[in-house]
Amino acid sequence: MSGPSSYVPKSGFTKWLDSRLPILGLVHASFITFPNPRNLNYWWTFGGILSFMLAAQIVTGVALAMHYVPNSGLAFASVEHIMRDVNYGWLLRYAHSNGASMFFFAVYIHIMRGVYYGSYKAPREVLWILGVIIYLLMMATGFLGYTLPWGQMSFWGATVITSLFSAIPLVGNAITTWLWGGYAVDDATLNRFYALHYLLPFMIAAVVVLHVWALHVTGSNNPTGIEKQSSKDTLPFHPYFTVKDGFGLVCFLILYAWFVFYIPNYLGDADNYIQANPLQTPPHIVPEWYYLPFYAILRSIPSKLGGVTCMFGAILLFAFLPWLDRSPVRSANYRPLFRIFFWLFVATVIGLGYIGSQPPEGGFIIAGRILTISYFAFFFLVLPLLPLFEKPKKLPASIAESVLGAPAPGKA
Amino acid sequence: MAESVSVEPTRRDFLFIATGAVGAIGAASAVWPLIDQMNPDASTLAAASTEVDLSHIAEGQILTVKWRGKPVFVRHRTAKEIAEARAVPLSELRDPATDEQRAPHPEWLIVIGICTHLGCVPLGHQGPYGGWFCPCHGSVYDTAARIRQGPAPYNLYLPPYKFLPDNKLSIG
Ligand code: HEM
Ligand code: FES
Repeated sequence: MSGPSSYVPKSGFTKWLDSRLPILGLVHASFITFPNPRNLNYWWTFGGILSFMLAAQIVTGVALAMHYVPNSGLAFASVEHIMRDVNYGWLLRYAHSNGASMFFFAVYIHIMRGVYYGSYKAPREVLWILGVIIYLLMMATGFLGYTLPWGQMSFWGATVITSLFSAIPLVGNAITTWLWGGYAVDDATLNRFYALHYLLPFMIAAVVVLHVWALHVTGSNNPTGIEKQSSKDTLPFHPYFTVKDGFGLVCFLILYAWFVFYIPNYLGDADNYIQANPLQTPPHIVPEWYYLPFYAILRSIPSKLGGVTCMFGAILLFAFLPWLDRSPVRSANYRPLFRIFFWLFVATVIGLGYIGSQPPEGGFIIAGRILTISYFAFFFLVLPLLPLFEKPKKLPASIAESVLGAPAPGKA
Repeated sequence: MAESVSVEPTRRDFLFIATGAVGAIGAASAVWPLIDQMNPDASTLAAASTEVDLSHIAEGQILTVKWRGKPVFVRHRTAKEIAEARAVPLSELRDPATDEQRAPHPEWLIVIGICTHLGCVPLGHQGPYGGWFCPCHGSVYDTAARIRQGPAPYNLYLPPYKFLPDNKLSIG
């Protein structure tokens, strides 16, 4: 990766290793001397937080896998066995189920950070698309994992989501049957979902490597959105950003621990403590909170194929942001109108999430439709057309100037 | 190579394409078993038919039985329900089908209890038509289990079934 590789092996062993596999030099250049913009704020600590959460999910997941049984007759009981009998089983399970929520919470902040500061713009398009791929894999992993406890929500969530594919013309039903391995969600489905739930996190880890690789080619964006020009604009990764990331992570872990230890079932659904019953749908089925905005879009469209297309489209649109947004200015700090629309977009997504959690009736349907339109309007109207009307504020000459002040040295 | 102007395909071109084709067929035939293993297996396909004793189902009642892992509704319709279903003109229906096609023996309506939207199990005797109402996204079915409102595109599907002697029904 780029950056000055000033690494000089000192001991006999590191010299021996470095001449055979220069991995220590790579780590040194990437995480010790790597020059980061000096003005990164706390919104930039979520990348490190996400790496931590992926590791946490894998570690707790592997431990759970030692006790969990992927069989439709035994799965529900095995999760209760984890909760009651396995040493610290309750902790592992709560850490894993709330860990998934925290992981999504962090990724949403990370994505919105990217949108606010225009981090998807050239030359970071590949970095951005790799991020969208990670997000899609996370959604798949979370969905597969939620099926495993084999409660009512597990079963019916799995049924509704796999049935989305039946909307595809001609081959839809064949695809759904293939996904199920039968004529309904059943034992075969649970077994393969378990195999895939185990696999996907490792694929995420592989894409994360590519994501960080691409990041270290272009370097981080920063709150001004202008590129670093000289060494005055940067600081070495260690200790400046290791410490800042570490502090951000600790604050985040306090929130995580609060969920795990005080309100472990707050984000869950009580119906999932009832064993799956293929003959009875719960009166009100909802997905996990992190899917709600897209679920609301699905329900707002009064056509099966249309709803499914809009739902997947709403997610995939993120991959096209670099080309939809026509403004040459990256950071919303210098785009007075975009800044307003950005917050309107955030409010739209939160509003959709609320609609997704409510039953599909009356005013909720109408509100859902209005919000769905504003969601798509952000991508198709605001991003391409706003630059025609907007007059950006004057950009600072350099990152250092934005921090230290140009003419009269300010608060530095 | 830049000088090569031969337009005639050479023996080498042929070998190149033939090798590529054999390789592609080989790769496809190696991938197919990996894909097909996910399709329903022999034991699932063999899932036998389900038998129902109709004498236990009172008029107006809906019995839910499991067939191939799915719920099947066996509905003993009342005269009023039959009359309502038969009175609907086909032009009002999203997935047009007459009640006679749906229930050749008018008092028995036998349908797969899976909403054709996204697969929830609709609730019987509910919704504006007194047929079924799907709680998931609000699809409404009438007393012939035809889709009348909401996002579902089709009527509830009919399973293959036949009536047996002694008031019995065999599904599958
Ligand atoms: C991207 C990382 C991961 C995410 C987002 C994730 C998410 C989830 C979710 C949401 C559940 C349902 C929790 C519940 O309601 O009980 C779950 C369950 C489970 N996961 Fe994961 N998971 C991840 C990684 C892993 C890995 C790497 C493994 C195994 C190696 C694993 C093994 C399990 C097992 C055995 C269960 C069932 C036990 C239970 O329900 O608590 N997970 N996962
Ligand atoms: S599954 Fe029945 S309305 Fe969506």
